[in-house]
Amino acid sequence: MQKQAIFQSKLLPYALVAPQLAIVLIFFYWPALQAVIQSFLLQDAFGLSTSFVWFENYLELFSEPAYFETVVRTFFFSFAIATSSLSVALLLAVMADKPLRGGAVYRTLLIWPYAVAPPVVGVLWVFMLHPSLGVLSRYLRAAGIEWNPLLDGNQAATLVILAAAWKQISYNFLFFLAGLAAIPKSVLEAAAIDGARPMRRFWTVTFPLLSPTIFFLLVVNIVYAFFDTFGIIDTMTRGGPGTSTVTLVYKVYNDGLIGGNLGSSAAQSVILMIMVIVLTGIQFRFVERKVTY
Amino acid sequence: MANVTLRNVRKTYSGGFEAIKGVNVDVGDGQFCVLVGPSGCGKSTLLRMVAGLETVTGGEIDIGGKVVNGIEPADRDIAMVFQNYALYPHMSVFNNMAYGLRNRGMPEAEIKTRVEEAARVLELSAMLERKPRQLSGGQRQRVAMGRAIVRQPKVFLFDEPLSNLDAKLRISMRVEIRKLQRRLNVTSIYVTHDQLEAMTLADILVVMNGGQVEQVGNPLAIYEKPATTFVASFIGAPPMNLMSTRQDEIKSQLGGAAGEAGILGIRPEDLVITDQTPSGGVALSLTVDAIERVGAETFVYGSRAQDEQRVAATPGELPPGEVIVRIPGTEAPAIGARIRVAAVRNKLHLFSGDGRTRIEV
Repeated sequence: MQKQAIFQSKLLPYALVAPQLAIVLIFFYWPALQAVIQSFLLQDAFGLSTSFVWFENYLELFSEPAYFETVVRTFFFSFAIATSSLSVALLLAVMADKPLRGGAVYRTLLIWPYAVAPPVVGVLWVFMLHPSLGVLSRYLRAAGIEWNPLLDGNQAATLVILAAAWKQISYNFLFFLAGLAAIPKSVLEAAAIDGARPMRRFWTVTFPLLSPTIFFLLVVNIVYAFFDTFGIIDTMTRGGPGTSTVTLVYKVYNDGLIGGNLGSSAAQSVILMIMVIVLTGIQFRFVERKVTY
Repeated sequence: MANVTLRNVRKTYSGGFEAIKGVNVDVGDGQFCVLVGPSGCGKSTLLRMVAGLETVTGGEIDIGGKVVNGIEPADRDIAMVFQNYALYPHMSVFNNMAYGLRNRGMPEAEIKTRVEEAARVLELSAMLERKPRQLSGGQRQRVAMGRAIVRQPKVFLFDEPLSNLDAKLRISMRVEIRKLQRRLNVTSIYVTHDQLEAMTLADILVVMNGGQVEQVGNPLAIYEKPATTFVASFIGAPPMNLMSTRQDEIKSQLGGAAGEAGILGIRPEDLVITDQTPSGGVALSLTVDAIERVGAETFVYGSRAQDEQRVAATPGELPPGEVIVRIPGTEAPAIGARIRVAAVRNKLHLFSGDGRTRIEV
């Protein structure tokens, strides 16, 4: 229980939180409100006149098959990025958790990729897997795989998922490592004495005890895949070939800044905003409960 | 049912630190062996080596006639009760106890019978569906015990299982553990730093210090004839009074070879306040510094003015020249009073000057 602070003046507490409130209002709520207002407006092609159209932008969006394709694609990307980065990170964390010689170095090195900015990640992977320049492409072609993410939409999607997942591994690794460290050693020792082999020990003791961490990371990774992959997509594929790597966030940017359709773009932002509110809501509910086992 | 034999067991860490320096202990079938010593003496390490949680770097550990040095904990047929209980927090009490049986592929029906029997014995029947976090410390402790007994192992290992409980519960659980062990007749090794627990539980007491065994034997035999000054001051509370025999007052009273021994030890309970000196015994003059009344008995702390020769004996070492006298009842001399205390000859303990050897004169 947190103790309640006692202030002599009634105004002082408000004055103390005012700067924080001002920042939140000006930089978060004001633009969000603008987006909501914008989503109800329609501009002509030259931006000369603006009219209030109620939910027309939304209705138009929902009648557009391309939008639903993007929704499905985004969910698929999120799922693929979250599961692949979580499973690789968990594997690495479990291995790094063992008492190793030079374990600290190994752990530190695994955290580094998190410091790399998303566009740089994109460029890195583009170079490695560029159809004519890439190091890895050469091996793929030698193995008989027709590799050209610039033309093949599925390959482009794979590339984006790979790069996005790769970047998130470090972050997940860090949390898994902390989660593993929080499991009392004696519990695992008790399981060993109780006759559980390492694999069984992992699935019956470690994994269930990690479930709060896993759940937390799942939400974080989905949010990441939804929003923070923009930089990677923009540098790697610009949504192409065709629309094969356009996610919801990229579509907001494409339709609004490139296509100039601010109303539709704003409507899409508002939908994304609702999604993120729901996700955060779910997360807080579970995090507050702390244990899910 | 099995003997546990440790033959010259050693543990040296990769850094060169020698935690266990050659331990020999033989625990007979169904016996209760207690490893006791101050923290850092290696007792827990030794127990973990028997469990297979620590590697053995020298010597042999033999369980039931089989050397288990390279064998996984799972295959040693042992059960262990941990200090923090180490219950599986995500499993119900039932599943906590059933886990080890399921891992060994026992049929569910038999698991149910065994767990329910153990729960009945430990009075846990009403809480089989609860999670560990919904239990009190004493209940968790009993679940940990239950997890050990359902397995019906060859050996029970206890790593300070009572140290997280409050004083009252500790005493009742101590009795429960002893009764349970007698009934199941399973060879047990129990680690503790509490000499009272050690004295009351053990068939065989192993007093350890600095990775070595100071003395092995029956607890009362150790109490009556401690082999070193370390054992003398560790076993028994309050600790034995130790003083140099080289001072004139003591030397003249002891006489002959005894006077040359080095260190004289007298238990607080063997000193009586009297003006007479028993023949062959030792009398000391004390100034009373402090009095502790605990009801049934009283501890008198006195100092011998002329004693300047410090006798080292860790732990529970008394300041040089301080002597504790344990007297029954609550009648005690006043603080500052000068008293004479004496002990009879056969209650005197003599050790060599370095405290490593007991001398019988």
